Amino acid sequence: MHGKSLVSISDYSKEDYLKILDLASEFELQPKQNLLQGYVVATLFFEPSTRTRLSFESAVNQLGGRIIGFSGADSTSITKGETLRDTIKTVSNYCDLIVMRHPLEGSARFASEVASVPVINAGDGANQHPTQTLLDMYSIRKTQKSLDDLNIFLVGDLKYGRTVHSLLMAMSRFKSTFNFISPPELKMPEEYKIYLDSIGLKYYEHTDFTEIISRADIVYMTRVQKERFSDPIEYERVKNTYILRNDMLANTKETMKILHPLPRVNEITEDVDHNTKAYYFTQTRNGVFTRQAIITSILGIK
Amino acid sequence: MQYMKEKKQLVVSAIKDGTVIDHIPAKLLFKVISILGLDHIQNQVTFGSNLESKKLGSKAIIKVSGIFFPKEDIDRIALVAPQAKINVIKDYSVVEKKTVEVPDTIEGIVKCVNPVCITNNEDVRTKFEVIDKDPVKLKCHYCEKITNQNNMVIISSS
Repeated sequence: MHGKSLVSISDYSKEDYLKILDLASEFELQPKQNLLQGYVVATLFFEPSTRTRLSFESAVNQLGGRIIGFSGADSTSITKGETLRDTIKTVSNYCDLIVMRHPLEGSARFASEVASVPVINAGDGANQHPTQTLLDMYSIRKTQKSLDDLNIFLVGDLKYGRTVHSLLMAMSRFKSTFNFISPPELKMPEEYKIYLDSIGLKYYEHTDFTEIISRADIVYMTRVQKERFSDPIEYERVKNTYILRNDMLANTKETMKILHPLPRVNEITEDVDHNTKAYYFTQTRNGVFTRQAIITSILGIK
Repeated sequence: MQYMKEKKQLVVSAIKDGTVIDHIPAKLLFKVISILGLDHIQNQVTFGSNLESKKLGSKAIIKVSGIFFPKEDIDRIALVAPQAKINVIKDYSVVEKKTVEVPDTIEGIVKCVNPVCITNNEDVRTKFEVIDKDPVKLKCHYCEKITNQNNMVIISSS
């Protein structure tokens, strides 16, 4: 991993995932260390983001590193027509590592090819967001003590949801069972099911999860967006099916945890927040440790 | 020898030096002409269409004088007309016969189908991994989206 960019979750092997997760647990015990003193990390956010950018910056700051960068392209030379190629080549001269979010898909791979320093992809359009996947895996392993033999429920928009696809691909290196719960219009794409078949992992598809939620170890919620439906009446008909309410959690496993990449809109009602099974806010906290692990291993410090 | 024998039946006259692209499905003739940029070169180009073919029913043939296609152009032909046969002609004889084959990676000759891919928004040479050859399925090296035979746009040779 040393010196290598992290663009896509498939850039890392199973061993790499485990190394990052182990390192992240070390950082959780001691998140404030002076490991990045003298290092400069550039956070280039060509489109705004609160969570991801602040999480990266907090990760670097807590390790004593310095941050340069911008959020939103308005105040940069991009408005003067500068190409991404030139921006990245220039910024490469100012820092040891680039963290980038950009609305165009494939922009992170391209940046990693023109940059002279490693690039971490913090989201390239609807394509990849690998640090989210690693923090999701960290949250799963931390709460379930394993990444194998779990019953993982993926709920909501399984067709367009980039986080569920990346998580599924990463978790497919382990031995868990998947339950896909979505409206018919937003089903898990065939290619992922064909892939799971080819490696012999079990999955089941449902349109409702009230009856089966008692079997879940992890419930990973995502937002069902109205714009995704060709028929607005269909949206109205199904929208409440994919909302998690506190009363649905009564018979669930003691160790079950609810994850969500956030931001949440209404797919988890607020009464769930007080339930010990709600894990989505701790999940964001785990993001800092996971990013500390990724940054230090790419810089060759850990 | 083969070429000389066929010559008698051909409606398209022979060339001295150059390349013959044979066994093009008739309906793809103009597409092949366009992706190879043969519609704006100075060399002599002759072609015939709707010729009888046992294999294809109806085929087309293109003869280009003085041009020996580089690998990039052969790959372009493979993506559009994988059945095509290439004959390299020197001094009226076939010196090389090639079947075209879709390679494992495709660079700079196909447009990515994804409008928000970086390659469609900035000057980035496209690059694909070929994940299926028949029908052709290409995975973009950048945005990771799939471009397939139906929505494939070939960047013409200049």
